[in-house]
Amino acid sequence: MSSPRGGDKERGRDGERQIHVLAVDDSPVDRAVIAKLLRSSKYRVTAVDSVKKALELLGTEPNVNMIITDYSMPEMTGYELLKRVKESPTLREIPVVIMSSENDPDKINRCLEEGAEDFLLKPVRPSDVSRLCGRMRS
Amino acid sequence: MSLMALREQLNGLVNSMFLEGLLDDQFEQLQMLQDESSPGFIAELITLFCGDSERILAELTKLLDQAVVDYQKVDAFVHQLKGSSSSVGAQHVKLACVQFRQFCEEHNKEGCLCALNVVKHEYYLLRGKFDTMLQLEQRIQAYESKQQI
Repeated sequence: MSSPRGGDKERGRDGERQIHVLAVDDSPVDRAVIAKLLRSSKYRVTAVDSVKKALELLGTEPNVNMIITDYSMPEMTGYELLKRVKESPTLREIPVVIMSSENDPDKINRCLEEGAEDFLLKPVRPSDVSRLCGRMRS
Repeated sequence: MSLMALREQLNGLVNSMFLEGLLDDQFEQLQMLQDESSPGFIAELITLFCGDSERILAELTKLLDQAVVDYQKVDAFVHQLKGSSSSVGAQHVKLACVQFRQFCEEHNKEGCLCALNVVKHEYYLLRGKFDTMLQLEQRIQAYESKQQI
């Protein structure tokens, strides 16, 4: 996990505050891919393998500009994370993007109705990440 | 072998993997992400994929060895493997997983056992080529480091 919030550690080389994305995926391969895609776009990335860890992080470091989460995970799903975030007065403004390998219209609609910013089909591509850049919480 | 020859061998290997359908354009997209700031990205990803795949294949073997098969668990593992193979561009492995899931849906044990063998075959074929790829990359990097000294 990345370092906790603090001054210069959150700034890029040019001194500008880096956008911080929280990536949640139980697959180590998918986590590595999404983290690399996001870091290639100069985002600071914290990648965790469960919704439980994501919620713990959000509790201690709410300075997150976007959450990108897999839908299907054991214990708690990405959909449940989405609901928790949107129900929270301190977290609800954070855009949440859902990823899934399944093109299920019902699942997609459910997520969008619950307030998901976008729904990405896996495998996630650089072009998918590019289209998210305007939607980060400032 | 010269540096140029090593690079040609590596390019030839990767191209043949694309031509044979072992890899698809997702792998090409990932190759483009590797740069000076992360020269070992592809190697790390391949290592992660292989470790994860072998863990899943071991679990599937155990599950299908049971007298009463828990098809939900089998399907969950196959889904994981399908996902990770799709994410790295391991096309044949991914397609084998798609077929496997159909047998899971039908609760067809024989079909699942066959499908597992196909997935294993495709995975180990790919892994062999990945191993060669990584060895060639290491030799190229060693050569390039020597040249910089």
